[in-house]
Amino acid sequence: MAVRTLKIDDRELAVEAGTSILEAAQEAGIPIPRLCHLEGVTPVGACRLCLVEIEGLNKLLPACVTEVGEGMVIHTQTAKLQEYRRMTVELIFAEGNHICAICVANGDCELQDVAIQVGMDHSRFPYQFPDRGIDLSHPLFAIDHNRCILCTRCVRVCDEIEGAHVWDVAQRGPDCYIVSGLNQPWGEVEACTSCGKCVDACPTGAIFKKGSTTGEKHADTAKLEFLSTAREKHQWTR
Amino acid sequence: MDKIRFATVWLAGCSGCHMSFLDLDEFLIDLADLVEVVYSPVACDLKHYPDNVDVCLVEGAVANQDNLDLLYEVRRKTRLLISFGDCAVTANVPALRNRLSESAAGVLDRGYLELADTNPQRPYAPGIVPELMERVTPLHEIVPIDIFMPGCPPSADRIRATLEPLLQGRTPTMAGREMIKFG
Ligand code: SF4
Ligand code: SF4
Ligand code: FES
Repeated sequence: MAVRTLKIDDRELAVEAGTSILEAAQEAGIPIPRLCHLEGVTPVGACRLCLVEIEGLNKLLPACVTEVGEGMVIHTQTAKLQEYRRMTVELIFAEGNHICAICVANGDCELQDVAIQVGMDHSRFPYQFPDRGIDLSHPLFAIDHNRCILCTRCVRVCDEIEGAHVWDVAQRGPDCYIVSGLNQPWGEVEACTSCGKCVDACPTGAIFKKGSTTGEKHADTAKLEFLSTAREKHQWTR
Repeated sequence: MDKIRFATVWLAGCSGCHMSFLDLDEFLIDLADLVEVVYSPVACDLKHYPDNVDVCLVEGAVANQDNLDLLYEVRRKTRLLISFGDCAVTANVPALRNRLSESAAGVLDRGYLELADTNPQRPYAPGIVPELMERVTPLHEIVPIDIFMPGCPPSADRIRATLEPLLQGRTPTMAGREMIKFG
């Protein structure tokens, strides 16, 4: 096993080559905020919350998709990073329609948690109030695009763990949205097995069980990690 | 020492933030010793916002012309302005109509014409019923804000933890789940 030695926030670490900076930091108990990262599926670097500073590099890199390198000196909590993280979270809020008071995920939402973590008490960016839809066509679940942050966790979990690939990302820029099947209503997509993994993967209140009302969604993200560990390492532990 | 001149204002919100303020229970008695309430829909009869206000809690977003005029006046006459609750901080539920392309006309048509059981008619009384703004806006997109207190509504504990330091001349720390969680 090849080992890389590096420094994160003045802590000397030795980790296996190929480990991501995020995983290395996590093992050392150094918290880095993240939203698109989900244990058990491939990292994509979509949310940019996990950006870190690496000495000698003049750009910030996302910790979840950057492998550790020999001798790296990494900082995760500089003033610049903290300011950028808060801006990123404010932009996410300003881009969608997040009305926490009437959201299924209120009180158990990873976006809300991250807002608290970065100290966001308001958004300095003007709210865009985009006109987005809600799809209620599935018998068991629903997707409210107003609360979607385009982390693509649902896309990855459905493709990689369930193997159904119901979801994808359509369009570009501000028109981006999560699309089901061949741009069909979710309820008409035959590939959907109604397993509910996307409900557990979604960090916000965008995908939820029908019938849940304010504050009633409690996603079980650990279940997805359990499934992938069981499959890949044959360990049934939780 | 002169008492702190204290006000609360209710713009486009459901008054829930003010109800939460009343939930301060016995702290209201302590508060009454320290402040003079110079304007408030729940604690004072004055109809006009006075000069030289020290601290003001503003609930609600800016949804109509009256809200806008009052907010400008409040800012002009107030030293420390607190954006009070999610409607003030994010525009929240009142801004649900912003996604309609003609949001002022659209919401009136829906409420007064399409859903009317009898006598469908749009309210129109210039100078009496204020005109709706095209876009419902959080306070800080219009005037500078000194302290943001999110929450729908902010709990009485959060309101107290914000006001208490202010009364002692200190700035409250708006951080952590207890102080800044939305919703
Ligand atoms: S998804 Fe989270 S941040 Fe968005 S409205 Fe719901 S609780 Fe608030
Ligand atoms: S629906 Fe949920 S999981 Fe899917 S991209 Fe949007 S926020 Fe992420
Ligand atoms: S967690 Fe790394 S970019 Fe989202």
